[in-house]
Amino acid sequence: MLNYVLSRLLTFIPTFLGVTLISFAFIRVLPGDPIMVMAGERGMSDERYAELSAQLGYDRPMYAQFWEYLTGVLQGDLGNSFVTKRPVWDEFFSLFPATLELSLCAMIFAMALGLPAGVIAAVNRGKFFDRALMSTALVGYSMPIFWWALLLIIVFSGNLGWTPVSGRIDLLYYFPDPTGFMLIDSIASGQKGALVSALRHLLLPTIVLGTIPLAVIARQTRSAMLEVLGEDYIRTARAKGMSPGRINGIHALRNALIPVITVIGLSVGTLLAGAILTETIFSWPGIGKWMVDSIFRRDYPVVQGGLLLIAVMVMVVNLTVDMLYGIINPKIRKR
Amino acid sequence: MDDALSTEAEMVHARPGRLREFWFYFRENRGAVIGLWIFAAFAFLALFGPWIAPHDATAQFRADTLVPPFWQEGGSWKYILGTDPLGRDMLSRLIVGARYSFFVGVVVVSIAASGGILIGLIAGFAPQWLDSIIMRIMDIILAFPSLLLALVLVAILGPSLTNAMIAIAIVLQPHYVRLTRASVLSEKQKDYVTSARVVGAGYLRLMFITVLPNCLAPIIVQGALSFSTAILDAAALGFLGMGAQPPTPEWGTMLAEAREFILRAWWVVTFPGIAILVTVLAINLMGDGLRDALDPKLKRS
Repeated sequence: MLNYVLSRLLTFIPTFLGVTLISFAFIRVLPGDPIMVMAGERGMSDERYAELSAQLGYDRPMYAQFWEYLTGVLQGDLGNSFVTKRPVWDEFFSLFPATLELSLCAMIFAMALGLPAGVIAAVNRGKFFDRALMSTALVGYSMPIFWWALLLIIVFSGNLGWTPVSGRIDLLYYFPDPTGFMLIDSIASGQKGALVSALRHLLLPTIVLGTIPLAVIARQTRSAMLEVLGEDYIRTARAKGMSPGRINGIHALRNALIPVITVIGLSVGTLLAGAILTETIFSWPGIGKWMVDSIFRRDYPVVQGGLLLIAVMVMVVNLTVDMLYGIINPKIRKR
Repeated sequence: MDDALSTEAEMVHARPGRLREFWFYFRENRGAVIGLWIFAAFAFLALFGPWIAPHDATAQFRADTLVPPFWQEGGSWKYILGTDPLGRDMLSRLIVGARYSFFVGVVVVSIAASGGILIGLIAGFAPQWLDSIIMRIMDIILAFPSLLLALVLVAILGPSLTNAMIAIAIVLQPHYVRLTRASVLSEKQKDYVTSARVVGAGYLRLMFITVLPNCLAPIIVQGALSFSTAILDAAALGFLGMGAQPPTPEWGTMLAEAREFILRAWWVVTFPGIAILVTVLAINLMGDGLRDALDPKLKRS
């Protein structure tokens, strides 16, 4: 077991170095001179240019710059944003809770609907419910979520006027945000209506971001359930006269959950990619919108640092899922 | 007499052609067949769109801006699905737009699949150290969320449809590498490969003629799935302003242009999205059918 964990950790190191190298190299080939971007419209004298270039270390050889970047990264120093002048690290972690809150809600939404849908479809294999649910799931799976978001806005914000179009909470409310999670902070603030406002802002983005994971979970649960339902121990349980609800809900689902949980863990990347679109459309102040804005503003340190942090996050989650899977299923370990 | 018997035996034992067999299984999945028909219509529009479209896709009828579809009050048969804010005919733009999405799918899948298969074959046959290096590089690419990586790549290369296609192809390619390598590793163990090697087949022959044809089934399925992913990602990039640039009637770009009119003119937003959804759905239906038909484990005997 220890060997398995160690070998998995060892493959993490070269991947991490590679990810760092890529996010470093990307910025070096981006068109436009970072220093001229800092200068903005006013332009800059040659002396000042040389001075800044030396200050930022751009006049040194590439490998030296990479080494410096790498040692900085390992100490949590990702440079400062050109636009806000704040450290990228701080900006990332002040915006991250917004994305995390949205992603968690989307995942809960997806699981709450996807798991039952998959179980119902599997139990009614080939019948009407199965077909209807799986067709719906395929539509969800094929959904261009940026269009889905616009459609929901037309119906729920435009025609019905139920939900706001952007942001995390009405401007009416202002309170400190110790946790960064709007739902928790709004309760903690004790202001009337704050939680309701936060929930209403959260509703559409959650549905939009949760749609594709929902479809994936429903499809995966169905196929995992079908596999498990064919096993001998299910037949035994049936022969013993156990009620179908107990068999499906407890015996089968528990074992079917293993592959489903893997899929959920591995969809972090999908979720973050979806967050880019969802946050941009709903003006949700999270890291997805932050990355898109920075790309348009050519805020190189932010693009570089954000890319790296997101990739490392995906890697850590995948590694954890892998290891958990190895713990649950010993067959994986031998390889 | 002998002759007659042997021909009869041949007839009994002759295997139906591979394509025939494939079609037999594919046909059983009704959704897949529907998907195939929609895809055929999509391909037809992609090829002949400009000659079918009632109007020029970029012509601006300044007198008729934001005309609703024909069944709504104020709509007319002249513009069946209405016009956009610049007075361009929606239906014509959608029809001509099919070719961009189709083109994106074909180009992205060709680049990603050919590159991925080649690298995957090399990794499968290479010594351990080279295999490890290749797979680590693929791990690195897969660590980035695909849309984010494509977005940054397009920002570097400059926003255009071509660059969006290159970026998406790079992002999708590791999946082919992994699939090909995995099939190669399992095929390599089999006796027919050993016998080919004993007879003296060189590495190139082993790779491309002996092993590759037997690895193709999962790759074909992946091809269908990444065709739809490519269309979705290209539309998303267009929507973010990093793909095809206006006035190109690419569906994602059309959505981006229509965003500010969502509360005033629903048709400008609704139709391009339906076009994307239906196309992607058809391809995914087809992909599911392909998987069922090509995967021998799932075949009902």
